[in-house]
Amino acid sequence: MNACLLIDFGSTYTKLTAVDLDLGILLGTSSHFTTVSSDIRLGYHRALSLLKEKIGVIPFSKIIACSSAAGGLKMAAVGLVEELTVEAAKRACYGAGGKVDLVFSHFLTKTDIDLMKTKKIDIVLLAGGTDGGNSEVVIHNAKMLASANLKIPIIFAGNKAAQDDIRDIFTEKQVNGFICENIMPKLNVLNIDKAKEVVRKIFLENIIVAKGIKQIESEIDAVMLPTPYAVLKAAELLSKGYLHEEGLGDLVISDVGGATTDLYSLGYGYPKRADVVLKGLSEPFAKRTVEGDLGMRYSALGIDATLSEQERALYLEQGIDMRKEAQFRHDHVDMIALSPYDCEIDRLFGGICHDKAMSRHVGKMEQAYTPMGLLYYQTGKDLTQVKYIIGTGGVVIHDEKPQEMLLKLCADNQKPLELRPVKPQFLIDRQYVLSAMGLLSIDHPEIALKIMKGSLEKI
Amino acid sequence: MKTIVIGVIGADVHAVGNRIIEYVLTNEGYNVVNIGVLSTQEDFINAAIETNAQMIMVSSLYGHGELDCVGLREKCVEAGIGEILLYVGGNIVVGKQDFETVEKRFKDMGFNRVFPPGVTIDQVLPTIKADLETR
Repeated sequence: MNACLLIDFGSTYTKLTAVDLDLGILLGTSSHFTTVSSDIRLGYHRALSLLKEKIGVIPFSKIIACSSAAGGLKMAAVGLVEELTVEAAKRACYGAGGKVDLVFSHFLTKTDIDLMKTKKIDIVLLAGGTDGGNSEVVIHNAKMLASANLKIPIIFAGNKAAQDDIRDIFTEKQVNGFICENIMPKLNVLNIDKAKEVVRKIFLENIIVAKGIKQIESEIDAVMLPTPYAVLKAAELLSKGYLHEEGLGDLVISDVGGATTDLYSLGYGYPKRADVVLKGLSEPFAKRTVEGDLGMRYSALGIDATLSEQERALYLEQGIDMRKEAQFRHDHVDMIALSPYDCEIDRLFGGICHDKAMSRHVGKMEQAYTPMGLLYYQTGKDLTQVKYIIGTGGVVIHDEKPQEMLLKLCADNQKPLELRPVKPQFLIDRQYVLSAMGLLSIDHPEIALKIMKGSLEKI
Repeated sequence: MKTIVIGVIGADVHAVGNRIIEYVLTNEGYNVVNIGVLSTQEDFINAAIETNAQMIMVSSLYGHGELDCVGLREKCVEAGIGEILLYVGGNIVVGKQDFETVEKRFKDMGFNRVFPPGVTIDQVLPTIKADLETR
């Protein structure tokens, strides 16, 4: 048998997936707590023995991993104008599988630099200016970053005209700097693929070493990707298909975790009607957004913070004290909902995460009353025709009624201008295979696609 | 190369003239950043900052230009590009008004050049060239 082992070192769990490459089938999965704070290999060994109990001892011809352990990939996105290069920088970070912990626009200040130090940022992505556009601000910002002696990689992906100056600044101050293509070479044109690739390279060469993940490579072949990057890769494959194996078309993936809510949308999202004008920064086919304030445990207080006093009062009428529930979950991050009441609250929280995260992710339609009649313009992606919504992440996978939560991602009469999915089919990634299949797709896209299509469960 | 941001302001979707302006200015060797129709003041300003533009050229053809243009210069000042050249042209006011008073109103708003209806872009080229020479 030619078998392959795929590992996902998550912040909480280390998840193992074994695949038979000859038959193109899933052999089994197992998981154990991640042990990156002591030795990442311990958790891996335990998960491996659990897997052996299930499927027996199998020699693996290849063992590869992705990781979001030890805080994931903490990035600072720096740009010039908030709606333009700052937004482009954020999208590049998310697309590369990072978490955007800090966002800055215009001139960086000493306070901003101090924040980067206290937040222990892993990588800075510095953008600003279209090619031939503003270079004053990026050069100032590069100088600020270089003289701060942050000892972390800095990627410059801004105005091409400033590249030479910035390379000199990096060399002079011995910064671990990388120069790459502008993420917004022309106004509203997004070009993030090269920047994503540089982030991935830095992740493999620097970050996993710094976080103590590299030591696992004494036992496995390689850590290949940040986990969200692997999920995005899997999602793109699942959407587009491969050779004769058809994809699922436009889709949305939601991953509500303890600390963040991640949404992925696959599709161009162009206007679906002829009378709609598309405005603003162009969108990537595979788009990922991360909401750091929306999560089931660590970020439960953020869920409460999105509620208005009136909404809170309405919940109180039903006997639910949202603030108390959020505080409890925040204080007990290892809480597992068992009672019907706790499950109901978790379902409610999961739904709110979905609802708010989708509002921030999805494109909006706005109306303009003109002398020529009513006209519409669209900013962001139109997801109304999305065929599938895939739920992954503990709260959805383990819930009895995941539909209730997933419905909160869909069209809502209260939000008529948001271009949310109208009639999607819901799928559940119950075996948590997406990240593993992203890894597998590097060498075996056809097998990864077949396994995904086979293992996603219709509800 | 000098950069000019062009676009149609407000709830105005007149796209043809906008394309002609882009074509002519590009042929004249300018770096033209066209933000298109239905553009807000902020769209113009953001584009000018990122592209380091020397001029913003606002078009308006539907009669509400005056309302749409109020405060543009002040916002430019706030955004750090207070010195940028501001042009406006088209059917920029309601009905047929005496152009001298219209021009004065727009100049008081901070526009450097104001053009009446019927002026074509090639007629404006010498003015653009002269104004940009000093920038």
